[in-house]
Amino acid sequence: MNVIVCLKQVPGTTQVKINPQTNTLIRQGIENITNPFDTYALEEGVRLKERYGGKVTAITMGPPQADKMLREAISSGADEAILLSDAAFAGADTLATSYTLSRAITKIGTYDLVICGRQSIDGDTGQVAPELAETLAIPFVAYVSKIEEIDKGQIRVQRMVEEGYEVIEMPLPAVITVVKEINVPRLPSLRGLTKAKSAVIPLWGVQELGADKDRVGLAGSATKVTRIFFPQRVHHGEIFQGSPESQAESLINKLRESRLI
Amino acid sequence: MEYFLSEQQKTIRNLVRKIAEERILPVRAELDEREEFPWEIMKALADSDIFRVFVPEEYEGLGGGCLDLCLVVEELSRVCSAVAVSYAAVDLGIIPLMQFGTEEQKRKYLPDVAAGKRLAAFAITESTAGSDASSIKTTAERVKGGYVLNGTKQFITNGGEAELYTVIAMTDKTRGARGASALLVEKGMSGFSFGKKEKKLGIRSSATRELVFQNCFVPEENIIGREGMGFLVAMKLFDKSRPGIGAQAVGLAQGALEAATDYARERVQFGHPIFSLQAVQHMLADMDIQTEAARALVYAAARTVDSGAKEVSEFSAMAKVFASDVAMKVTTDAVQILGGAGYMRDYPVEKMMRDAKITQIYEGTNQVLRNVIAGELRKRKARRD
Repeated sequence: MNVIVCLKQVPGTTQVKINPQTNTLIRQGIENITNPFDTYALEEGVRLKERYGGKVTAITMGPPQADKMLREAISSGADEAILLSDAAFAGADTLATSYTLSRAITKIGTYDLVICGRQSIDGDTGQVAPELAETLAIPFVAYVSKIEEIDKGQIRVQRMVEEGYEVIEMPLPAVITVVKEINVPRLPSLRGLTKAKSAVIPLWGVQELGADKDRVGLAGSATKVTRIFFPQRVHHGEIFQGSPESQAESLINKLRESRLI
Repeated sequence: MEYFLSEQQKTIRNLVRKIAEERILPVRAELDEREEFPWEIMKALADSDIFRVFVPEEYEGLGGGCLDLCLVVEELSRVCSAVAVSYAAVDLGIIPLMQFGTEEQKRKYLPDVAAGKRLAAFAITESTAGSDASSIKTTAERVKGGYVLNGTKQFITNGGEAELYTVIAMTDKTRGARGASALLVEKGMSGFSFGKKEKKLGIRSSATRELVFQNCFVPEENIIGREGMGFLVAMKLFDKSRPGIGAQAVGLAQGALEAATDYARERVQFGHPIFSLQAVQHMLADMDIQTEAARALVYAAARTVDSGAKEVSEFSAMAKVFASDVAMKVTTDAVQILGGAGYMRDYPVEKMMRDAKITQIYEGTNQVLRNVIAGELRKRKARRD
């Protein structure tokens, strides 16, 4: 059971500021952490390894500093880690990111399952994992809250939905995203910390990945951020007076007027 | 203060602090209230290799010494002393094995202890043998292929929860202290059961229980060292383990000092935080001085043990006595600073004060240990060192 876990470094705060010229996050002076949802992905990968054998490889696309996060992943149970970093990767949207990750996963070659967190806490799109499955042309299930069984090249998972959960079975290899209900991520171990210190983390760029330059980074992005702004807070709430019946009537009329119903 | 810890020791301390704050802090009050053994926390410690710290490398440990153990115990105790003692008692249970065990015994037991798969415990105390340990009544009668244990051990930390027990019993009653031997007893051996689970003042989520032996057969390969070495095993054990109790006490004092400082900065009376009152400042300053002095003594004693020095009884005893007296004083003063709030279970300091008391009592009462220290002092004088 070889598992690949995709991780992302995100700012460890919700108080980030945006550079109005470039429309990007101002990351200086802000500590980066592993995207919290990804820690559940890593933990699930490590648990699968403990249950079925095999190994866990952690990958991330990011700046050279992301090396630190990958070492943390090793201290918490990942066997290997690979950093995808290249100046050409900068400015990637979810499409370019998923393409880049797919190249790395194809290069790694032997894998049974790719696990991602349900979404990142900075971009919040939740698009990379499904796009990744699409690019790799393998099955995908989002919001997995439990892996029930893996047997004979099939995986059966519980997928969290609003009213409960669905049970889905699909062939491997596959991609899943996990929700935080799936496990409690372990803390690092002393042996893991020692291993992480001396681990060699390969750095793969456009060349190593044999990637199409036009499909990575800003060049490979189908979307462009034109403007980022905080919506202005406007308060014009209206409080209806009178009996409950007349209040309800006023509300209905208002909604009709606004063509909301 | 700078204690010149190695990189590995700093890594251990930081990781245990993280575990304590993330996994123990949120549940400590509940564990205390329910007097429930902290199995989930033991599992987290095992997963993070913390039980490997004190086991030699050749048995899948990390080969740390007394100081490494003290760092773990201090950090655990800073948040919850009951967890700290449950952890430290495992070390206590296997020190005899590490010091006097055979290669086969070590290979059989230590890797599992290192992995946290089996907890251990040490059993010497009986209802009539506390400070006067030589008056134990549990017997280990020599029979073909082994020994038959009969008797009851009392107040055994990790009793019932541990899988592995080092038990001191009399193999030859006629020889007094020289007739005692140390035996490794496994949970589940026929004739070995558990008696009353004690309800305690403090360290309430740790397990303290009677061990009952009724014609319990223990194979001869489970003797640690030779027949008659039981008291030597116990005395050497306590020389090594007492700094650990000192570390438990330092952790308690540190936790109480931090809680009192935080409270004094927030609590407003007479229009100002009570920290601005000199009466409070001087109490906090004294607590700080005493805690740091205790830490320095505990670390120095632990380093002396790790140096392989032959005569360590005096320093080990000093570290335990001084630090535990400090813990009692500092935790009591912390309750005083928190006032009425400190007396309530909503705040952690009353638990710390309850937890601190036992550190003056177990592993040698502070009175007995002062006898040990005075005895060494007299010997030194006689030798004119």
